[in-house]
Amino acid sequence: MPLPSSPTDLTLSEARDALRTRAISSVELTGAFVEALAGARALNAFVTETPERALEMAAASDARFAEGSARPLEGVPLAIKDLFCTKGVRTTAGSRILGNFVPPYESTVTANLWDAGAVLLGKTNMDEFAMGSSNETSYFKPVANPWRARNSNRTLVPGGSSGGSAAAVAAHLCLGAMGTDTGGSIRQPAALTGIVGMKPTYGRCSRWGIVAFASSLDQAGPMARTVRDAAILLKVMAGVDAKDPTSADAPIPDYEEGLEGGVKGLRIGVPLQYRIDGAPPEIDALWAKGVDWMRAEGAEIVEVSLPHTKYALPVYYIVAPAEASSNLARYDGVRFGHRAAEPRDVTDLYERSRAEGFGAEVRRRVLIGTYVLSAGYYDAYYVRAQKVRTLIARDFAQAFERCDVLLTPTTPAAAFALGEKTADPVSMYLNDVFTVTANLAGLPAISVPAGLSENGLPLGLQIVGKAFDEQTVLRVGRSLERAAGFSAKPGAWWKAA
Amino acid sequence: MSVDNKTVRHIARLARIALAEEQVEPMANELNNILDWVRQLEEVDVAGVPPLTSVVEQRLKMRDDLVTEGDQADALMANAPEAEDHFFVVPRVVE
Repeated sequence: MPLPSSPTDLTLSEARDALRTRAISSVELTGAFVEALAGARALNAFVTETPERALEMAAASDARFAEGSARPLEGVPLAIKDLFCTKGVRTTAGSRILGNFVPPYESTVTANLWDAGAVLLGKTNMDEFAMGSSNETSYFKPVANPWRARNSNRTLVPGGSSGGSAAAVAAHLCLGAMGTDTGGSIRQPAALTGIVGMKPTYGRCSRWGIVAFASSLDQAGPMARTVRDAAILLKVMAGVDAKDPTSADAPIPDYEEGLEGGVKGLRIGVPLQYRIDGAPPEIDALWAKGVDWMRAEGAEIVEVSLPHTKYALPVYYIVAPAEASSNLARYDGVRFGHRAAEPRDVTDLYERSRAEGFGAEVRRRVLIGTYVLSAGYYDAYYVRAQKVRTLIARDFAQAFERCDVLLTPTTPAAAFALGEKTADPVSMYLNDVFTVTANLAGLPAISVPAGLSENGLPLGLQIVGKAFDEQTVLRVGRSLERAAGFSAKPGAWWKAA
Repeated sequence: MSVDNKTVRHIARLARIALAEEQVEPMANELNNILDWVRQLEEVDVAGVPPLTSVVEQRLKMRDDLVTEGDQADALMANAPEAEDHFFVVPRVVE
């Protein structure tokens, strides 16, 4: 296989093959990414770069190749969202409150990656505690989207909360990245940066060692430049884990196998309720194109109804803050992280450490969560939301009696400008209108880049599947990717002159 | 059911987040904006619908009641902002 002019332009699967045939060494490949990272600091995609560790791991991988004991991701450089605890490498969750927290343990998902031979390039920037859809709530400043609108120098957001991972993949600063998705935090930034992002079924990947936001919704997933790359990563990430009792003891198929199988004979559902008022016409147009592509590839298109769709975001903004208010109770200024100076007493220590350590959006959500769980309001808000959540899950169960997967837009619009939506939290929340339902119902879903907006920005289409049927989701995603033939790249404005 | 300043002070205390007096009113407004929006759930008929407790059907797993990762005091204390020997330091609690 001829190598491209820069090794950073290889896809993960191409790089894996080039490493195996020893057309390139991991040290060469990793070195090229370390250099790319250093030249792309204008994007602010990383909170922590780990170049020395990366090159050490790469050298160890090259030794493995030499002795013929290479593992599935041997020598493949990856970026990790700073929500995954990495042993000996500072982990911030995008928050001041974790301070200089250096985990004495490794998350299960990242441990699986290192056990498979992958190389750590660094920890990526993100919305604080994964609460945000633009990466603007990060204590470490926003991430810039590598994409800019045609004839514009305006900085756009990469989406969020996995904004740093999305930007890093889109700008070729890594071969793939880890994200987490609680309401759309992998798929929405993937769509806004022209990459592939997948949220697996709840329980497919262990949540152990991932800083918790909303435990019934959080799920780790791969972000990559192709569907095949996402399939390769998911295979290594997934698996039951004794440390996470909600991780599923389900067989893990080889996701690469059958990836090119196409959609002939599959029934693809198109949910009526995903046509929303006020969405730009280009979103509907791209969706219609996606339907045509799938029909042309041999799928049967079925109209389905998900009648409770419009209630998904309000349910999410009760359930997620409720769980967050409980999960974030651990930040007390005593055992780790930020501690307020000269506390008067222990209550003052807690209250000021948390007020200083949490940003505005996190404070707002913890207070909302505390309110909806408090005596007198619990039934009216939290229990009612969980009942509507049952109805949302039932909608999907009924739809899946008539189809194998659903095809929807990923986001209601292309990337927006920095600061454009920060004044109104609810307008920011609406970014996740098409993605949040899959979290509430625990279903696997992928976003695939499918076209450009009128002003030249990437847009994604989403495939949602049945629980634990990632294989079909990936197969349809691959078919969509092939039909869309998305090959546009952002201009490399961020490269240091 | 709109959140007033007194309620905001109360939930901020429950959540152990210090709120300066001038932050109370703006926070009440922000919370009310969000709560007004989520209140559309009141129009859904949920009679007889059970609250969702688990998205994926699975049996609760049991494990043996054993110490699996003990004896790591040094690692546990390594990130403490203030510690003495193997103790976390907090302001005096009992006078």
